[in-house]
Amino acid sequence: MNRPQREAAVRRIMEQSPPRVPPDLYADAVRRGGRMLRRRTAARRLMWLVLCAAAVAFTVWALTARPWVEPPSETTPPVTGWEGW
Amino acid sequence: MRERHASQGARRAREFEAFVAGAAGRLLHAATLLTAEARDDNPRARRLLALSLAHTYACWDQLRGEDPYDRARQYLATRFARGAWHYGGFGRARRQPVGTLGVLTPQERLIVVLRLYEGVAEEQAAALLGLPAERVRTICDRATATLLHPPDRAARPVAKAEAATS
Repeated sequence: MNRPQREAAVRRIMEQSPPRVPPDLYADAVRRGGRMLRRRTAARRLMWLVLCAAAVAFTVWALTARPWVEPPSETTPPVTGWEGW
Repeated sequence: MRERHASQGARRAREFEAFVAGAAGRLLHAATLLTAEARDDNPRARRLLALSLAHTYACWDQLRGEDPYDRARQYLATRFARGAWHYGGFGRARRQPVGTLGVLTPQERLIVVLRLYEGVAEEQAAALLGLPAERVRTICDRATATLLHPPDRAARPVAKAEAATS
C-alpha cells in the first residue's frame, strides 16, 4: 500500500458518521462573539479616555509649573551697591 | 452614523448566519475528530466550535476578503493545541478516548485532521503548529500507520507508559 492509498483509506475512516450540529449553535456564537466585540469596544474607549485624561493633566501641570523657565538663583546673593566704584 | 452602524451589524449577522449554516457541520466533525469523542456525546468539541465561531464573528469586519472558514479552522487548531497539553490533568478524570481517532495521541490527531481531513498543505500545517515540515510529515505517516494497523488493546498501556517516560 503506497502513500496515496493509505491517505485515502484514512480519509475514508474519518469521513464516517458525522456528528449532528446542535440547533442553538448560531445563537450561542453570536451571543459570545457580540460580547467579545462589546468588550473590545469598551476597552478601546477606556484606553482613549485614559490617554486624553493624561494629556490634559500634563498640559495643566506644565502651564502651572512652567518647567522651562529658569528658576531664580538661590545661592548667589543679589549684587547691590556697585555703582559707587 | 448610527444607521450605518446598524446596517453593518445586520449585514454581518446575515453573512455570518450563512457561514455558520454552511461550515458548522464540517467544523464540528473536525472538532469531534480532534477531541476523540463519541459522535453523540461531544461537549468538548462543541465548546471548541462555539469558541472558534464566536472568535470568527468578532473579527468578521476585519477579515477583508480573507476566508472566514480558514480563520475559524486556524483558531480551532491552535486552541486545541493549547488546551490538549493540560486537558484531563489535576482534578479532572481523563476520559478514555472513544472516537474514530481514539488510538492516536492529541498531536497526531491534530496533524492527521489538518493534513488529511481538512487538506491543509504540509507547510501551512507546520507553520500553524510551529513544527518543521519534515516532522509533520513523519507524524502524519506514523499516525496513518497506527490507524490502519491499530495495536491490540493489551499492547496499548505499555506503549503509553513508554511514551510517558520518554
